[in-house]
Amino acid sequence: MSGPMPGQCPPRSGWVRIEPASRDASVRTRPFEHANPPAGALALDISGVLFVLLAIGVLGGGLAVVTLRNIIHSAIAMMVCFGSLAGMYALLGAPIVAAAQVLIYLGAISVLILFAIMLTQAGDANLPAPFHRQGPIALVVTLAMVAIIGWAALATDWGAQAAVVAVVMQAIAQALFTDYALPFEVISLLLLAAIIGAIFLARRPEEDERAN
Amino acid sequence: MGLEGYLIVSTLLFGIGAFGFLARRNAILMLISIELMLNAVNLSLVAFNAYLPVAANAGAIFALMVMAVAAAEATVGLALVIAIIRTRQTAEVDEYSDLKD
Repeated sequence: MSGPMPGQCPPRSGWVRIEPASRDASVRTRPFEHANPPAGALALDISGVLFVLLAIGVLGGGLAVVTLRNIIHSAIAMMVCFGSLAGMYALLGAPIVAAAQVLIYLGAISVLILFAIMLTQAGDANLPAPFHRQGPIALVVTLAMVAIIGWAALATDWGAQAAVVAVVMQAIAQALFTDYALPFEVISLLLLAAIIGAIFLARRPEEDERAN
Repeated sequence: MGLEGYLIVSTLLFGIGAFGFLARRNAILMLISIELMLNAVNLSLVAFNAYLPVAANAGAIFALMVMAVAAAEATVGLALVIAIIRTRQTAEVDEYSDLKD
């Protein structure tokens, strides 16, 4: 590849290049951890505690989503799961992704799903059985898949660094508008197509007749 | 903990979403399960971005792109589901069996 390296925008004449803080110089500590944890039996790794709490929120919320009988309760559990995921993104040093998670998932998609449920569900009397007949088969298949992926994740030597490298907002903005400019524009086209498609699909047939 | 902890949480969340998609009968809940799976992938992307030496924050940017695609998917998917529930008067996907009968 002869183009510029990812993360470095090509020099343009007449532009003042704002140097993003390089990843090497950026904060290499975990955002919620003391640089020198106090020695002692009760010295807790606060980021570890937060990780466990958020993991309980994510997995408990997810389990509640797929097992609860009332679909409104499932949607509320989904919001718990998404909120805990936003906390995990903040813990991973990516506050911009955490903010996008809160805006898009907690703010937009959750409300959209709640509206869809309330438009379509007819009360919570005599709820139908939540699972298909093939539920046990699905459970076995899913557990096998989780075992394989989990084994692959644990057995692979990732060569991971011990500390989190925080995402620098300026670097992400520059990469988004230089290296990833084409996907960025294609996403806008996709969103436009989704808006038009949703309006077309959700329109009632009688509105057609009235318009004609 | 570290990278492996996040990957395990991501794997379990993906499994929960896949099970919900395969086993639940409600069409809207199947869409919610797809959102869970997309979120699991996002978590692994951001974790890789934080712990591995990647160029130009690729993981975080991919996560943002996945969120945009997920928003588009939720919009069109829910519009389709509402349209089909309006015509069939039920959200249970095993009632949609006209082609089989």
